[in-house]
Amino acid sequence: MSLVARHLEANGIPTVIVGSARDVVEHCSVPRFVFTDFPLGNPCGLPWDRAMQRAIVAQALDLLEGAGRPRITVRAPFTWKADDPGWRARYGRVDPAERERLLAAGRERRERQAEASALKKS
Amino acid sequence: MNENDEPVAYMERTRQYYRALGYAQDYVWAHFDDVPFARLGKPLAEARLGLVTTASPPGLENRDAHGVRHVWSGDVAPPPASLFTGNLAWDKESTHTEDRESFLPIETAAGLARDGRFASLAPRFHGVPTEYSQRKTLTEDAPDVLARLRADGADAALLCAL
Repeated sequence: MSLVARHLEANGIPTVIVGSARDVVEHCSVPRFVFTDFPLGNPCGLPWDRAMQRAIVAQALDLLEGAGRPRITVRAPFTWKADDPGWRARYGRVDPAERERLLAAGRERRERQAEASALKKS
Repeated sequence: MNENDEPVAYMERTRQYYRALGYAQDYVWAHFDDVPFARLGKPLAEARLGLVTTASPPGLENRDAHGVRHVWSGDVAPPPASLFTGNLAWDKESTHTEDRESFLPIETAAGLARDGRFASLAPRFHGVPTEYSQRKTLTEDAPDVLARLRADGADAALLCAL
């Protein structure tokens, strides 16, 4: 999405990205970014929380309108569910006990990708 | 903010995960030193806003016969009840995407337009595939999104990345 934002900006369309992977977006360098510090999947607010979603989109509009220079990140003023303090450690974790299973899953995945690639070329 | 509240280091997490899967080479994320920057050419209250998502259509109709995914578009009125997100990398253990507004806020944005925060929503939202190949995104998908936003008369874009 960051690459799309950059292309739109280079062609005269101002953009604002709303997302939760701060390091990935900032590594790419984008003009305007609203960072929602939530698990990946709900960058525009908690599911079904219309007031929060409106606040985040409004914040994105403020940034779209007000940014006087590129590479500005603003943080949405919300925290993830208080009853789920362990969410940061969860995504994409590698459990040492799962090493063998992950390696096997990786092998399977590479085989599937090779087959799909061969199919595209045929 | 204590250490436990720092943003998740997704690039490092992803590197470790793919190494555990046995991939020999780390993914190289796009990185640029420069940043293109466009200013809004008119007051936001007079601007038309386009929405862009990384989600797919419910039936994955944006895939061609070879399995290649393309940019796709959908109407904002009526908005789609749900979109397909199962093929994207998001935290499926911690949350869900059953509320489309939580990742593509069509109705929320329409409400802000009705309240005068901006003039109008573009009639379509656009979906861009998340690709391993940055070349495809740069040479095919990004220009396609640009052309569609221009065709819709959009003055600015809100990009929501799952």
